[in-house]
Amino acid sequence: MQSYVQIENASMVFSTKKGKFTALTGIDLNVEQGEFIALIGHSGCGKSTLLNLVAGLLDATDGVLLLANKEIKGPGPERGVVFQNHSLLPWLTAFENVYLAVEKVFGGSETRAQLKARTTAALELVGLTHATGKLPGEISGGMKQRVGIARALAMEPKVLLMDEPFGALDALTRAHLQDELMKIVAATKSTVIMVTHDVDEAVLLSDRIVMMTNGPAATIGEILTVDLPRLRDRLQLAHDPKYHALRSQVLEFLYSRQMRPKEAA
Amino acid sequence: MSAINATPENLSEILSGEDVALTSKIPAATARRTPYFETESGKRFIEGTLNLFKNAIPPLLGMLLFVALWALVANSGGQIPGPSETWTAAVELFSDPFYDNGPNDQGIGWNILHSLYRVGIGFGLAAAVGIPLGFMIGRFDFLNRMLSPVISILRPVSPLAWLPIGLLILQKAEPASIWVIFISSIWPMVLNTAAGVQRIPQDYMNVARVLNLSEFKVFTKILFPAVLPYVLTGVRLAIGVAWLVIVAAEMLTGGVGIGFWVWDEWNNLNVAHIIIAIFVVGIVGLLLEQLLMLIAKRFSYD
Repeated sequence: MQSYVQIENASMVFSTKKGKFTALTGIDLNVEQGEFIALIGHSGCGKSTLLNLVAGLLDATDGVLLLANKEIKGPGPERGVVFQNHSLLPWLTAFENVYLAVEKVFGGSETRAQLKARTTAALELVGLTHATGKLPGEISGGMKQRVGIARALAMEPKVLLMDEPFGALDALTRAHLQDELMKIVAATKSTVIMVTHDVDEAVLLSDRIVMMTNGPAATIGEILTVDLPRLRDRLQLAHDPKYHALRSQVLEFLYSRQMRPKEAA
Repeated sequence: MSAINATPENLSEILSGEDVALTSKIPAATARRTPYFETESGKRFIEGTLNLFKNAIPPLLGMLLFVALWALVANSGGQIPGPSETWTAAVELFSDPFYDNGPNDQGIGWNILHSLYRVGIGFGLAAAVGIPLGFMIGRFDFLNRMLSPVISILRPVSPLAWLPIGLLILQKAEPASIWVIFISSIWPMVLNTAAGVQRIPQDYMNVARVLNLSEFKVFTKILFPAVLPYVLTGVRLAIGVAWLVIVAAEMLTGGVGIGFWVWDEWNNLNVAHIIIAIFVVGIVGLLLEQLLMLIAKRFSYD
């Protein structure tokens, strides 16, 4: 069986004022349907670039990217993106932000009432029924991020792409949203690729952790399979030796083998 | 020196008047009921009043100093009328602002309205051309690089330098002064709109790209609301420029208007009226600016 997302020998070269900059090289990755992939690495290792290639926001300089056997050409609503800094439109309410996406994807085939029901359902899924009429400026950072997730989920994307979705949040809010995300992914059976720099988050959420080498010319260093049973509970995992073993494997990769030269000095 | 003394006396009267009111009310409340000024709303009233005074004192002091300086200059000889003299003239002038004794002798109200009318037309045309132009310059880099040298040369030109060209082409004074308003108030709107379009956060455009929004949706849902605050800044700057320029333009072109009125009063050697005109121009300009600030606040999302 073919993989759902296929990345074959992808590379990304940026033309800058100082000349060519190779961000990614020789990326090979296959993602199965329903799989949760975490991309982890030091900052500047090109993990966001890789995500943007799958999103279609960037075009690979070389190599092939396929989604369900079709080549990825430019961005599209079948790949829902949750941006690092929520990227909600500040002049639209939470409801309108989600509705904009819903209308685009389903507007051709469904009535307005159905579209509204979809929007309401998406906001309910992330627990924001009470804040649908609020502008982004009127709600907390965690709530904004949840609206962003609702917007991506409401499009019923084939793949959900998340770029450090909880990076800007405090630890408690982050833990709460991670738990919610686990439930939502279990319920919707979504395929997810998530960029993160948080080792615990990667181990907790993903089926496989893709660890990237340092840039420039970053590539995939190692892929770790997280064979912890679902649904996972963060309190139980805290006492699980397997969890700690996986966690230290990631830490080992990041801080021993891929220690950044600057930080080592 | 009457004027200089009048205002501080008034002020102290107001202040002491308030004191009297406070002290007289407190004993008036009976012992059984909580005195008004010890209740929540009473305390809030006192606090509010105090805050009002605290906020009002610096600007009042500034105005007072200004009037005092003016009185000093007026009193040290010369032909500048003092504050009280000007006040008397102003009261007379504004008692009948809309009289009409032919084209060269109309009430101050008519003059202000005529000036506002010219500014409205010239500024409106400038907005109608400048804002869309700004959008296009911001959206298309080619257009930006094509027009920026031309704009760079034309923008610093003194507004009145455009008047002869206007008179030559349009043949009449009225459209020529509108033309001057147009050409001098268009630049802030073009440049600010273009800057706003160029500074739209990449995040918003990424959202548009991921959702595959149509050009129409991109414009109505993202481009326009994102740029609106910049447009309004441009509009605010432009209305200020337009109001600055109209006085000078009307001095040269004549007709009914506040600028011409200033020049006419100079020919009549009525200096008090000129000073009144200066205040009128200042206050109308301030009001226009405040009005646009109010609109701009409505569309701010931060």
